[in-house]
Amino acid sequence: MSAEGSILYLSGVTKTFDGFKAINNLSLYIEPGELRAIIGPNGAGKSTMMDIITGKTRPDEGDVLFKNSIDLTKHDEADIANIGIGRKFQKPTVIESLSVWENLELALAGKRSVLDTLFYKLSKSQADRVDEVIDLIGLQQRRNETAKNLSHGQKQWLEIGMLIIQDPELLLVDEPAAGMTDFETMQTAKLLKNISEDHSVVVVEHDMDFVKALDTRVTVLHEGSVLAEGSLETVSNDERVIEVYLGR
Amino acid sequence: MLKDSLLQRLVLSDQGSKFTIAALIVIGVIVPFLNLAMPEGSFLHVSDYSVALIGKYLCFALLALALDLVWGYCGILSLGHGAFFALGGYAMGMYLMRQIGDRGVYGHPELPDFMVFLNWDALPWYWYGFDNFFFAMLMVMFVPGLLAFIFGWLAFRSRVTGVYFSIITQALTAALSLAFFLNDFGFGGNNGLTDFKDILGASLQSNGTRAVIFICSVIALIGSYILCRYIVTSKLGRVLISVRDAESRTRFIGYRVEHYKVFVFTISAVLAGIAGALYVPQVGIINPGEFSPLNSIEVVIWVALGGRGTLYGAVVGALVVNFAKTYFTGSKLFVEYWLFLLGAMFILIPIFLPKGMVDIVDQWKKKHAQSKATEVNSKISGDAQEHTS
Ligand SMILES: Nc1ncnc2c1ncn2[C@@H]1O[C@H](COP(=O)(O)OP(=O)(O)OP(=O)(O)O)[C@@H](O)[C@H]1O
Ligand SMILES: [Mg+2]
Repeated sequence: MSAEGSILYLSGVTKTFDGFKAINNLSLYIEPGELRAIIGPNGAGKSTMMDIITGKTRPDEGDVLFKNSIDLTKHDEADIANIGIGRKFQKPTVIESLSVWENLELALAGKRSVLDTLFYKLSKSQADRVDEVIDLIGLQQRRNETAKNLSHGQKQWLEIGMLIIQDPELLLVDEPAAGMTDFETMQTAKLLKNISEDHSVVVVEHDMDFVKALDTRVTVLHEGSVLAEGSLETVSNDERVIEVYLGR
Repeated sequence: MLKDSLLQRLVLSDQGSKFTIAALIVIGVIVPFLNLAMPEGSFLHVSDYSVALIGKYLCFALLALALDLVWGYCGILSLGHGAFFALGGYAMGMYLMRQIGDRGVYGHPELPDFMVFLNWDALPWYWYGFDNFFFAMLMVMFVPGLLAFIFGWLAFRSRVTGVYFSIITQALTAALSLAFFLNDFGFGGNNGLTDFKDILGASLQSNGTRAVIFICSVIALIGSYILCRYIVTSKLGRVLISVRDAESRTRFIGYRVEHYKVFVFTISAVLAGIAGALYVPQVGIINPGEFSPLNSIEVVIWVALGGRGTLYGAVVGALVVNFAKTYFTGSKLFVEYWLFLLGAMFILIPIFLPKGMVDIVDQWKKKHAQSKATEVNSKISGDAQEHTS
């Protein structure tokens, strides 16, 4: 398969930690506008894959291309964020001592240089955008609350909000539903489906109801490479997938 | 309108800043006035000694402020800020040395005494220009700033953080200390620079000159304070906090963390340099002892005890700790207890005032609000009882 027409293309990617192959000859092809779910047992390498795409970890081998042309292994985290890839972490990370509003203002798409931020003035439309996203993630009541006082679920939402307001072309979302109630989980699935209408989204999640609600193509990762790929129905009937993941 | 809102943002919106600046203005007016206008012997008279002492502490407060900007807001624990302070001090010292001219012990028209003593026959190139006040003042800011820029760029680009960064900043100041102790380094070695005569033609021994330098220190502290407020209340300030709280996250949002760190570290070093430059004419000497690693650690103590990440906490901490130190080490009765007292502060303040001394005000306010609330509550329930009876 070539990178032609992809937004994200991984081919033959390998990463070894102290002799342990966390990612093993992994290949992946994401189309523009696609919503892709990634599942797999603990330690399958899902988060490590995101680390490689976002420049946190350098692969030992293999190609990682964005939009068929940009070699992501040659860029660092800040570059990659500005190129158009946003990420939500497995462990929700928001800026604890800033308010909900300030967290979103920080992530709001815009210039990122030292002088630009020193003399920054928020425009009316930007302020409206922040409030819009606060509405979207349902934190109106906690608008001026310091992020450290939010519940786990609310932090997840805030981080998703930061991702939305950053407005990247490709969103990598690592376990967004962890620690959420069933209702919140379904809300999150709906939100991500919404976002995927004009963005490409890759979601890692263990919650099968969540994956079902996404109703999209699924990739199963196991021991650092792709075990199966297809609709949720196809992969859940796959013998090997049942053996390593679903059947336990 | 715009001016009003800027004043609001920088000073008025923050109680601590408002009071600190007001207090500094009062000090800046009252102290020189009482020193110059009140006759000696009058109980309102502030002695020359006190003026110099308070002036010195204002310089320390500026140094603490500089440290709080990088440590309190960006999480960079520099254990080398004393080095930037000392470099600023040396730049000022060099100007003051050149001002001595041929009035030195050896009467050489150009060379400072220690160079004549070393049998040098010409001024080293790096002493050129220091006879010019404006050039020297430029160097006061430029030399610490450049060092911080290069050092910060190398360290932050390689992502040296946390305790590793702290250790190399200690190494930096220790290395400079060794270099400045060398006679051949050209800064007076062990003895440093001293025996200053005048500044801009005005005698350093005169009350008037000293009062002016004192006022300059107050102005520098207030000006720097407002500059720091501008930085920390801008969006850049929120990026700094973000770097402090979650450095890696900040990168994934697209901010070049190393640029922000270099920027704030350099600004902070420049402020430290200015503090050093104001310090030297007030104490009359600068020597390599100022590079001592312990000095840099003391600054951290002032900021930690005063209250990190507030700016005014750094100012309060520097002033309180230093006055306490002077008081205790100055009286024969207490001199032995100073270290115990410092130790006690170090244990008690974090327990009772986790955010530093300035937390006292917040806690008091809370208590006040609480007791008021209970008062109101009991009044209401009292009223209710009256009604039912
Ligand atoms: N920086 C690292 N150093 C050493 N080992 C690592 C590192 N990062 C990941 N690993 C290892 O690589 C393997 C894959 O980890 P990864 O976090 O990618 O799994 P995952 O699929 O996200 O699992 P989970 O579902 O638990 O989040 C694990 O065995 C992990 O211990
Ligand atoms: Mg993971």
